[in-house]
Amino acid sequence: MESTPRQQPDDMLSVEHPLKEMARMFFRNKSAMFGLVLLTAIIFMALAGPYIYSIDPFDMVWAPFAPPGEEGYLMGTDYLGRDIVAGIIHGASATLAVGAVAALCTIFIGVTLGALAGFYGRWVDNVLMRITEFFQVLPPLLFAMVLITLFSPTLWTIALSIGLVSWTGVARLTRSEFLRIREQEFVMAARSIGARNWRLIWRVILPNALPPLIVTTTLITGVAILFEAGLSYLGLTDPNVMSWGFMIGSNRDYIFESWWAITFPGLAIFLTVLAVSLVGDGLTDAFNPKLRQL
Amino acid sequence: MQVLSTVLKRVFYAVILLLAVLVLNFMLIHLAPGDPAEVIAGEMGGVTAEMLAEIRATYGLDKPLTKQLTTYLGKVARGNLGYSFYFNEPVTKLILQRLPATILLMISAMFIAVLMGTFLGVLAARRPTGWLSHFVTIFALLGYATPVFWLGMMLLIFFASWFPLFPVSGMYNVVLEGGRLTRMLDILHHLVLPTVTLGVIYLAMYSRLGRASMLDVLGSDYIRTARAKGVSERGVVYRHALKNAVLPIITMAGLQMSQLLSGAVLVETVFNWPGLGRLAFESILRRDHPTILGILFFSTLIVIAANLLTDLSYRLIDPRIKVGAK
Repeated sequence: MESTPRQQPDDMLSVEHPLKEMARMFFRNKSAMFGLVLLTAIIFMALAGPYIYSIDPFDMVWAPFAPPGEEGYLMGTDYLGRDIVAGIIHGASATLAVGAVAALCTIFIGVTLGALAGFYGRWVDNVLMRITEFFQVLPPLLFAMVLITLFSPTLWTIALSIGLVSWTGVARLTRSEFLRIREQEFVMAARSIGARNWRLIWRVILPNALPPLIVTTTLITGVAILFEAGLSYLGLTDPNVMSWGFMIGSNRDYIFESWWAITFPGLAIFLTVLAVSLVGDGLTDAFNPKLRQL
Repeated sequence: MQVLSTVLKRVFYAVILLLAVLVLNFMLIHLAPGDPAEVIAGEMGGVTAEMLAEIRATYGLDKPLTKQLTTYLGKVARGNLGYSFYFNEPVTKLILQRLPATILLMISAMFIAVLMGTFLGVLAARRPTGWLSHFVTIFALLGYATPVFWLGMMLLIFFASWFPLFPVSGMYNVVLEGGRLTRMLDILHHLVLPTVTLGVIYLAMYSRLGRASMLDVLGSDYIRTARAKGVSERGVVYRHALKNAVLPIITMAGLQMSQLLSGAVLVETVFNWPGLGRLAFESILRRDHPTILGILFFSTLIVIAANLLTDLSYRLIDPRIKVGAK
């Protein structure tokens, strides 16, 4: 810690803006920065990669089962002679998009139900919490498998199903935040100057419940990417769209002939989820410095 | 007496939840695109017109929806979850054959994760800045980011190609001769890799949780009192703190039952473990809807039962939770 000169009265009055303090804490956190850089690189690869490396990931470019390095194919080819590098680069966007859309669905359902339950309380809370408990006992993966099998697998049904099976945690979190905040003075003040319920929920309480929700959103994106990968591994994926999960799933039966066709897409998923969760952990610390001691 | 009434209340609630799952199943069959009879038969093809007519008659598909629902619930109450045209067997029988394997896998994975997770967490908490503490933090992060099925496949490649110590597929050796003990050991031998795969992910999570909760407990007043009156460090940690530090892990384990089951589906598929998950995988490949819906029902049953058990064990460990109190 650096020694500060005697503070001028002006300095003593100026307080750092909380957002600025948070940003400072976040950018000082090495592992969070590592996560952010990694995540940026992955997003850049998803957006620009296909233009730079334009080999079609579905094309048969070389002999099947070529090990990494052969003929200049850095990660080898799979059982259909498809280039693994092309798959990793072109599959990034679909993987990230499904993860992001699924996380948005999760947040949307969870926040809406949690906010209503926490704000209105009484029977609304009771009914919504019973529904939440019901969804909590359904094994998420199996429930998503049922939904996707019944309604054909496209990227949209997959993202929606993931959202539909994983919102319960968000709903509980939002509810408890609403229960905490709704009794505070500024809410009462807003109410006393005539703010309607709708305004109280969305404009007064929700912004104050955002910090934990933002952290959860990042973490949920990671979980959703893992979820999508698991579903694709089971064959529940859009066969016309290249994604990392699809690569693992389609090479499942050739695990001993070409370990590289499974290892590299898996590593890509692992690194992405790692990056997302490092950023999430960094945000948690920045929002709540007291927790860092643990 | 009070214990009994609480348990009865919980059981009653569990039954309501199960009914809700059945109603959900029923709704899904009707919401799915296409004729419900075809949904029930599955899209395997080869379903004749007579078969469809038979399904319509047995499920009363020409009657109003409420009547159909009661017919469906009545069937389930008699243990009839439908007929799998792909496996050519009643769904209930099919599932009951596979259920023990899944439960065995879940219990062993959970057992290892909770036991070793607590142990690692406690050891790490005794030196909050030591190497083990850092290891636990990093391990938790890596465990969180690893796709469980990918980890399984990596172990599969590793142990099948380089270190053939453990069998990598199935639950028992079909050609094995021998008595009961030999067979049990054989199953345990097959159980190693699936359990490690499924357990290690949760172990990572619980060791971090165990460390955090142990640190929390070690900072509390009653621990200081124990130290002040001269209890040895070992006694403080294992006799005074451990009991309270383990509670969050048990709560978490109970809450994660449904996720554990989801993980089991993937791990079973990787290692050809003949449980519910493997069956679910086979039935989605064949679009065998009665089977997959039956599995959803049974797996929810497992989760509810596991939750009940966690709840009761929690009460046993922590007498502060008054039985019967709200």
